Amino acid sequence: MSVAAFAELLERLVFTPGRNAKLALLRDWFATQPDPERGIGLAALTEELVFSVAKPAMIRDLAAGRTDPVLLALSHDYVGDLAETVALIWPERQGVNAPPPLLSEVVEALEVTPKAELPTLIAGWLDTLDSSGRLALIKLITGGLRVGVSGRLARVALAEWSGQPVEALEELWHGIPPPYGPIFDWLEGRAPMPDPRDAPVFRPLMLAHPLEDKDLAALDPAAWRAEWKWDGIRVQLTAGPGGRRIWSRGGEDVSAAFPEILAAMDFHAVLDGELLVIRDGAVAPFADLQQRLNRKTAGPKLQKDHPAGVRLYDLLFDGGEDLRPLPFDARRARLEAWVERHAPPRMDLSAQIAFASVAQLGEVRDGARAASIEGLMLKRADSAYVAGRQKGLWWKWKRDPLSIDAVLMYAQRGHGKRSSFYSDYTFGLWRPDGEGGEELVPIGKAYSGYTDEELGWLDRWIRNHTTGRFGPVREVEKALVLEVIFDAAQLSGRHKSGVALRFPRIARIRTDKPASEADRLENLMAYVESREAVD
Amino acid sequence: MPHPETWLRPTPSGLFCEPGGFYIDPGRPVERAVVTHGHADHARPGHAAVLATPETLAIMRARMGQGAGATQQPLRYGEALRLGEVTLRLVPAGHVLGSAQVVLEWRGSRAVVSGDYKRQADATCAPFEPVTCDVFVTEATFALPVFRHPPPAQEIAKLLHSLTLFPERTHVVGCYALGKCQRLITLLRAAGWDRPLHLHGAQQTLCRLYEELGVPLGELLPATVANKAALKGAIVLAPPSAIADRWARRLAEPVTAVASGWMRVRQRARTRGVELPLVISDHADWDELNRTIDETGAPEVWVTHGRDDALIHALALRGIRGRALHLIGLGEDEDDALPAEPGASPILAEPGAAPLPAPEATA
Ligand SMILES: [Zn+2]
Ligand SMILES: [Zn+2]
Repeated sequence: MSVAAFAELLERLVFTPGRNAKLALLRDWFATQPDPERGIGLAALTEELVFSVAKPAMIRDLAAGRTDPVLLALSHDYVGDLAETVALIWPERQGVNAPPPLLSEVVEALEVTPKAELPTLIAGWLDTLDSSGRLALIKLITGGLRVGVSGRLARVALAEWSGQPVEALEELWHGIPPPYGPIFDWLEGRAPMPDPRDAPVFRPLMLAHPLEDKDLAALDPAAWRAEWKWDGIRVQLTAGPGGRRIWSRGGEDVSAAFPEILAAMDFHAVLDGELLVIRDGAVAPFADLQQRLNRKTAGPKLQKDHPAGVRLYDLLFDGGEDLRPLPFDARRARLEAWVERHAPPRMDLSAQIAFASVAQLGEVRDGARAASIEGLMLKRADSAYVAGRQKGLWWKWKRDPLSIDAVLMYAQRGHGKRSSFYSDYTFGLWRPDGEGGEELVPIGKAYSGYTDEELGWLDRWIRNHTTGRFGPVREVEKALVLEVIFDAAQLSGRHKSGVALRFPRIARIRTDKPASEADRLENLMAYVESREAVD
Repeated sequence: MPHPETWLRPTPSGLFCEPGGFYIDPGRPVERAVVTHGHADHARPGHAAVLATPETLAIMRARMGQGAGATQQPLRYGEALRLGEVTLRLVPAGHVLGSAQVVLEWRGSRAVVSGDYKRQADATCAPFEPVTCDVFVTEATFALPVFRHPPPAQEIAKLLHSLTLFPERTHVVGCYALGKCQRLITLLRAAGWDRPLHLHGAQQTLCRLYEELGVPLGELLPATVANKAALKGAIVLAPPSAIADRWARRLAEPVTAVASGWMRVRQRARTRGVELPLVISDHADWDELNRTIDETGAPEVWVTHGRDDALIHALALRGIRGRALHLIGLGEDEDDALPAEPGASPILAEPGAAPLPAPEATA
């Protein structure tokens, strides 16, 4: 089956909101597509296979070569998204009767074709496809598929389709690369379950539910353990004779981005922990860690300026021994002993917090203002380490978000499904302008939190109140107040205001409030916390 | 030979033909109106005298009763009529049942006002006929090269494929009550769907009228939400506004489809909560607009509404003079989340979201 079939799947997935419906679409894909197409398609959806052979500029140049520049510009402005514009505007050539390429042909050709010949190759493919096929191909080769299919969802679909347990799939997944031939052979009963042997595989993480008031009331302090919820990225460290890997929460291999951690993994074990930037034992705010994320590698300067460390939460395997069935308390004891014994550099224990009552725990939570702490983790003392988010075993108890009323200053078009809308908002607060008056200073940017209806409303407001344009950015009349909530505020030398917000999002549009009554920078400064870590 | 701009001109009430003493598709009540077709942005209530095809007059009566014009004068396709000093003919526009282009001649000069039109085949109405003229007055709803409507059979196949994937779910297709609804029915019949089709209350009157006017639609049943079980795996045709409201949510796990040319731009379709966009339009796409203009041989083209900037630019490239009329009331605001013909719902709201005041313009 060809790119065209993949395009249809992609399109349905993009438009389908329901998880069950997504699963049904994926099951149909596995049932109807041949190998290796189904495996390649699957890997592309879950972004285990990512190409970025073509830059957006190349795609734009291809379209520019075949269309009038004014019409291309008008179209791009209307559609918003470049890939979609090119897919739609691409003039279909009469007399092209080559069949659309197979996914496997695309993958192969991209590997062997010299860079200079890529535009011709891609244009030839585009000529064989309809607009959906062109969009799928362009997204595929520019590395921007983004359909919201996680590896986990794909494996659930495989499990449902084949009748094999999803846990078994999770365990061997990272031992077998795309297009997963041996896995499909097993799932279709043609071969036994593949054995990843010592391959460093990802074990699905145990996740926590947000704690609600009613759960809090029922909490027995004697049966629960508390730890800080550190604001980094959750990782799983896997090391042994088969190799070493650092897995992200979703099972992505992020090893290459953290060479100093990988070098420190001189052991045979599987650990659960939080990846953080730690300087002299103190955890830096998330903004520091951000410098290390989404990178393929990390050079010596980056490693020195933003040193990574792992705060350990749990021990899943000690050597070949699977500790996951043990109660949390027992695993914790094993973890403490293991850290004692191995003392791996760049790693330390996540401390436990003693508490005698729920009220006391609440005070601890509210008292924690360090930027590097998101709140508390509560773990039931007798809980085994189970995959996924099982209710009643682990809770996360985040701090309440902080809130501020800011004035909308600039807006920019979003990406993906929002690219037709002004959906990224820069907002600011008042401060003295040094001449006896007041000026707005931008303090952050938010692109979430609103409903679709609010997005539509904001988009129209922005178009009707534009006072200036700078490329894709519109400056607006300083007249609209937005209630912005965020998890923490940190001092930042890189921001004009001197402050950076952690995870800001729009809580409400305050049409009831005049801009002059929005908050002042000093109100925000009151939230800024010390950069000292608390432990 | 007088240039058409000396005897046909845009006014706040609509396009006015001076020597004939009538307006074409006027947006306000007038003495004498010539109406191209029954869509609400072209056929307004309250005119004293209305001239249109017999089908358009029947549609207007069904939709607005007494408001359809104090006196009505039917004119069949191809028949010539003298109004004042002007000779007038109605020629099929291929848009919806009864839709017509208005061919006007005065002292040897000819203008054609096309109303809305398309060139794709449509079993529910007579096909568009190009007429050579000095000025061609066109719409430009889909006048951007990104709008190319695929063959409708291909879109219908997507709907039928979805029914095999989700046989338990009710497939609700949002479509305009006049034209699109009946065209979808004939397309489904042509694709072999001979089971009954279910209609939202708003679609029933015009389907009945189409059948009376000789367009067979097969077995149609009312879609009563109360009988949820009977609608499992069924196709329900509903107005686009019903897709987003509670009515549709009471169906069995509905798959929400919308049939519209706007569905071509997927980013826009998605923000409306459409799960299955079907690119089926009753308007000419970019290629059809340009081909049609070339076929009329008109050296000058007037654009009533839509993306006049792109079309006029493309016409200039091949030496055709273009003029934007900016007629008020035709089509919809281009900046809307999903501009469409009358009846479209605003952007899908989250359940329970508080209504927001309208953003007022500064200009
Ligand atoms: Zn119309
Ligand atoms: Zn219209």
